[in-house]
Amino acid sequence: MTKQVVTANRLDDGLAVFYKADDSWHNSIDQASQVDAGPEAEALLAQASDERNQLCVVGPYLIDIDKEGAHATPVRYREMIRTLGPSVRPDLGYQAK
Amino acid sequence: MYKYDDYDQQLVDERVEQFREQVNRRLSGELSEEEFRPLRLMNGVYLQLHAYMLRVAIPYGTISTAQMRQFAYIARTYDKGYGHFTTRQNIQFNWPKLVDIPDILKDLSKVQMHAIQTSGNCIRNTTADQYAGASFDELEDPRPWCEIIRQWSTMHPEFTYLPRKFKMAVTGSPSDRAAVAIHDIGLRIRRDDQGDLGFEVMVGGGLGRTPMIGKTICEFLPKEDLLSYLEAILRVYNQFGRRDNKYKARIKILVHEIGAETFADLVEKEWVHIRDSALQLPQSEIDAIQAHFTPPPFEVLPSLSSVFADKVATDQAFAYWVKNNVREHKQQGYAIANISLKPVGGIPGDISHTQMDALADLADQYSFGEIRSTHEQNLVLAHVKRDDLYALWQKLDAYDLATPNSGLITDLIACPGLDYCALANSRSIPLAQRISNRFGELDRQHDIGKIQIKISGCINACTHHHVGHIGILGVDKKGQEFYQITLGGRADEHAKIGKIVGAGFSTDEVVDAVETLIDTYLNLRENKEETFLDAFNRVGEQPFKEALYDAR
Ligand code: SF4
Repeated sequence: MTKQVVTANRLDDGLAVFYKADDSWHNSIDQASQVDAGPEAEALLAQASDERNQLCVVGPYLIDIDKEGAHATPVRYREMIRTLGPSVRPDLGYQAK
Repeated sequence: MYKYDDYDQQLVDERVEQFREQVNRRLSGELSEEEFRPLRLMNGVYLQLHAYMLRVAIPYGTISTAQMRQFAYIARTYDKGYGHFTTRQNIQFNWPKLVDIPDILKDLSKVQMHAIQTSGNCIRNTTADQYAGASFDELEDPRPWCEIIRQWSTMHPEFTYLPRKFKMAVTGSPSDRAAVAIHDIGLRIRRDDQGDLGFEVMVGGGLGRTPMIGKTICEFLPKEDLLSYLEAILRVYNQFGRRDNKYKARIKILVHEIGAETFADLVEKEWVHIRDSALQLPQSEIDAIQAHFTPPPFEVLPSLSSVFADKVATDQAFAYWVKNNVREHKQQGYAIANISLKPVGGIPGDISHTQMDALADLADQYSFGEIRSTHEQNLVLAHVKRDDLYALWQKLDAYDLATPNSGLITDLIACPGLDYCALANSRSIPLAQRISNRFGELDRQHDIGKIQIKISGCINACTHHHVGHIGILGVDKKGQEFYQITLGGRADEHAKIGKIVGAGFSTDEVVDAVETLIDTYLNLRENKEETFLDAFNRVGEQPFKEALYDAR
C-alpha cells in the first residue's frame, strides 16, 4: 500500500510544512503522520484542510512517500526538493541546517 | 529617467496600504485563500515551492542606483541576501515572508518602485531594448513610449481582467534586442517614406504551448495615435479572446484563429471610434515624458582614447572583456558595458546584495547613476567613458562581475525551474551550470563564437527557449527529468521559432548532446565567421540530427 503524508506551505512565511495527526505542522517531513493512500489519507487531508488550518497553511495536498519509518522520502523529485531546499543552493532551505 | 509625480506616488502608496490591509484580513481569517490569492498576485506575490516569491517591476529595465541599493537592502533585510533578474527585466526575491511583504513594498515605494503588473491577467510591465538611449543604430529612445504605455496601462479598469496576461515590448533600433516579435504586442519604431518616426505594430507573438511569431497589423502608426490604437487592440482582444480555455486564451490564439487581416479589420473598426478621443497624445504630453529621458551630460571626447588602447594592448584579460562585453555607443568616446550575471558554473541572473551595492556605486561613478536589466538576465552600464573602462573592469572583477562571456555559449539563459518554481517539470539551473562548466574555458568559447542557449523548466517557456539558437525544454517523463532540444530559433529582427530536433535526452545525456551539436557545427562551418545559427541555416537540421541520433 502506498504511504502518503499531507504537505502545504505555511501561511505567514510560505515555508513548506508537513502535517501530523495531532493537528500540528512541521518543517521536517519526518514528523509527518504517514497514512495509507485511500480513505485514511483523505480523512487526514480533510482534517488538515479544516477551517482552523486554513489560517495556518495554504493549499494542503497529499504526496506519496517511499519509505516508512523514521525517514520518509517523497517519491516525486519536486517534493524531495521541497523537503530539502533548492538543489543549487545547499546553503539554503531545510538542508542548510 | 522618469520621476514619479504626486499622482504616481500617491497611487503606489495607497496600494501598499491597501495590500497591508488585505494581508491582515487574510491572516485574521476574514479573507480565505481563494479570495486572497488574486489580490496577492496583483501585487506580485507568488507562492513557490519553498516560500513566497515577490516579483518587482522594473519598468523598461531602467534602474537608478538608489533603486539598486534598495534591492540590496531588501535582499539583506527580508530575504536571503540575493535577488534574481528575470527574462522580463524584473527582479524576484525568493524567500520573503508574507507578513513582511507590506513593509517590503513600502520600502520599494520610497524609491518609486512597486510590484504591480508583474502577475495576473493584466497588461504586464512593458519591456524595452536594454541599450535604449545608448545604441548607435537607434532611431529613437523607446523608453518614453514605454512610460506612456505604463501610465495608460497601470490599473486600466477596462483591462484588469483580460482573458490572459498581456505583454508588450518596444524597440527603437532596427536590431531588435527586445524580442518584440514574441510579445502579445511588439512595437518597432521606424521611419515612413516622409522621414517621420512612428511604430510598426505586431500582434499575437508568444511562446508557451503554441509558439507564434507576431504578425504586423500596422506598418506605420503615427506616434500621437499610439494609445488609441493599443486600446483598440486590447478591446478587440478583451471581447473576442477565449475565456473558456486557459491554454487558448492568449491573443496569439485569437489572431491565429481569425487571421491577422480579420483581426486588423476589427481593430480598425474599433479604432475609428476612439482615434480622436482623449487618448490622442498631444505633442506637449509627449515632450513632457521625453524630457525625463534626455541624454545624460556627455562630455565631448576624442574618438580614440590612448589610455584605453594602451590597456587593451597590455592586459589580455581586459582585452577579452572588451571584445566580448563592450559595445559601441552613439556618443563618441563612450561605450556600453555589459555586466554578465553568468559566472561560469553560476546561477544565471542571480546577484548578491553586496554585488548590487557595488554595482550601484560603480554606476554612480561611471555611468550617470543608472543601470539596465536585460531580458537575457544580465545588467548593463549604458554610458561609460572609454577612458574609464579599465578602472571599471578592475572593480567589477573584484566583485565577480567581470565574466567576459556576453553573447558566448556560457551566457545562457535559464529559468528558476524545479529548484524554485511551483509550475516546473524539471530543473533548469543545474543543467545551465553543467553546460557552462563543460564549455567554460574561454579559448573554447571564443572558438565557438556567438550562440544563445535558453533553458526552460516547463512549457510556459519563460526563457523563450523556442527562440534560442539551441533551446532546451525540461519535461517530466515518468517522474524523471528529461530534456527536449529545439534548434534554429532566434529572437531578433528575423525572429523564428526553432524546430524540435528529435527525441529528448535524459539528465545524464543532455550535456553530451549539446556538445555533439557544438562539435557538429565546428566541423561543418565554412569559416570562423560563420556562427552556429548561420551554419544551421545553411545546412539545415539534418547533419545535427544525424550526429545526435545515428550513433544511438
Ligand atoms: S518556464 Fe516553467 S519552470 Fe521555468 S520559471 Fe517559467 S513557469 Fe517556472
